[in-house]
Amino acid sequence: MLNGLFKKTKYVTTSAPSYENPPIPNIPNGMWIKCSSCEKIVYKKDLEDNNKLCPYCGFHFRMGAKDRIELIVDKDTFIELDEDLLTLNPLNYPEYEDKIRSQEEKAGIKEAVITGIGKVCGEETVICVMDSNFLMGSMGSVVGEKITRAVEEATKRRFPIVIFCSSGGARMQEGIFSLMQMAKTSSAIARHDDEGLLYISVLTDPTTGGVTASFAMLGDIILAEVGALIGFAGPRVIEQTIKQKLPEGFQRAEFLLEHGFIDKVVKRDFLKETIGNILHLHKEVE
Amino acid sequence: MEKLNKDLETLENQLQALKEFSNIHEVDLSKEIKVIEQKLMGLKREAYSNLTPWDKVGLARHGERPTTFDYIDKIFGDFIEFHGDRNFSDDPSIVGGIAFLEDIPVTIIGHQKGRNTKENIKRNFGMPHPEGYRKALRLMKQAEKFKRPIICFIDTPGAFCGLGAEERGQGEAIALNLMEMSRIKTPIISIVIGEGGSGGALALGVGDKIYMLEHSIYSILSPEGFAAILWKDSSKAKEAADIMKITAKDLKEFKIIDEIIPEPLEGAHKDIGEISNEIKGFIKKGLDEMKNKSVQDLLQDRYRKFRNIGEYEKR
Repeated sequence: MLNGLFKKTKYVTTSAPSYENPPIPNIPNGMWIKCSSCEKIVYKKDLEDNNKLCPYCGFHFRMGAKDRIELIVDKDTFIELDEDLLTLNPLNYPEYEDKIRSQEEKAGIKEAVITGIGKVCGEETVICVMDSNFLMGSMGSVVGEKITRAVEEATKRRFPIVIFCSSGGARMQEGIFSLMQMAKTSSAIARHDDEGLLYISVLTDPTTGGVTASFAMLGDIILAEVGALIGFAGPRVIEQTIKQKLPEGFQRAEFLLEHGFIDKVVKRDFLKETIGNILHLHKEVE
Repeated sequence: MEKLNKDLETLENQLQALKEFSNIHEVDLSKEIKVIEQKLMGLKREAYSNLTPWDKVGLARHGERPTTFDYIDKIFGDFIEFHGDRNFSDDPSIVGGIAFLEDIPVTIIGHQKGRNTKENIKRNFGMPHPEGYRKALRLMKQAEKFKRPIICFIDTPGAFCGLGAEERGQGEAIALNLMEMSRIKTPIISIVIGEGGSGGALALGVGDKIYMLEHSIYSILSPEGFAAILWKDSSKAKEAADIMKITAKDLKEFKIIDEIIPEPLEGAHKDIGEISNEIKGFIKKGLDEMKNKSVQDLLQDRYRKFRNIGEYEKR
């Protein structure tokens, strides 16, 4: 009886299944998204309905300019400025025009910033909203010009200005012209400042490079969204320079708050209210 | 450029041999030598007027290229260096102080690179931390108070990228310099003497007059960084340099800078005296042009200068 226990098992040979044309299950793409913080799978529709906040952990997903305007500006009060500026290719960078066109389609906007005049909690203000879906929100001539014109408009009308930053920095494809937009926007802010007017800068994920090193850091009041990456050099560049891993939370909004570079970290749900309150407090007495 | 350097070297060696031969054998070859010398000169002149952007990167970063201190020494008198940002520390990558330009008191601020490894470690290869920019701003405000013109020398690969720089607000420091420079009530002349790399260079560059030395470069980022960002390959720096339009000639055509300061043949390091004189001439001319301007006009012109930069059109 025991003999049988150690008996060699019989093997059955089968042919390997063919993987060349596997049947594709019919699941529509892009319905679900993984939260990069809690790693839970989130239904996209839920995310849209929840101001792009993870319903499980509250993680702040990036928000496009149009959604942002809807969230912050009072309904039917927004008048867009300078939407007709067209990006050129001063360096003749290969395929730059095509890139811009494809970004227009992808992001559904014409450049990486939308500027305009509107009301926040009933207070009139000039408002600029950058969009990181458009070529990483990078600042070239058009972005610099639109922001400068918006600041000048605010100075002329004696309005406050609120700028939502979301950008990887200066736009490489326009070379030195992009670099000079930093000086141009900062000079315009200086004139607005000279007139005793209020500038609120809101830093959202990500705010880095030439935008951090110009108007983003020049607000009279600087707010930041929870968890936003904010820095001059990107984390990858720093890691390559110093050849070591960066500590957890480095360059996040909370880190900047701790180091004294921003006034307040705000959850997206309270952002409109917070900006509204600051605007109320600065209302010019006639 | 390398091939050309080799060719020139061979020619020079041959010339030397010829000279020695004529000395030893007491044969008069002076006519022949003169012909060859002139030819050599012509070749060099042609070569240096046709440098590629990448050649210029090499010259702008040349180990012997004169630095801010060299120019301070040669152009100004009675220089006194001032230190520190009054907040955190003194950054040796940016130096500054006061001196006389002939009989005019001026404030001088510049990036400072080292001449050898030891010096470069001290100077952090001319890559400032936030306290460097804050020192620069402090000295500019001081110049404004005492109504001294400001001369800035730009020579940096870029602002430093590191933990401390981020913790202490590199972005904020540069941003504040851009904003404040735009309204400093005294004339500002900025001169790119070597590398003008990114926001770290611009933070000393919001001036009324912007000059570049003939073989210096001024760019949004180093060619290496540009290639790394756009093509994920920093070894393509040469191709990047070709595309980025970083030379003094390009930027003059773009109207980003006002004047190109010509360098001695083979570059500024070949004759520091000559290039210093040249720069001094440009500074004097620049200050003279602004001498009778009201503060209001000065600031208005400075604003317009940067306000007008940008390439776009209406749809």
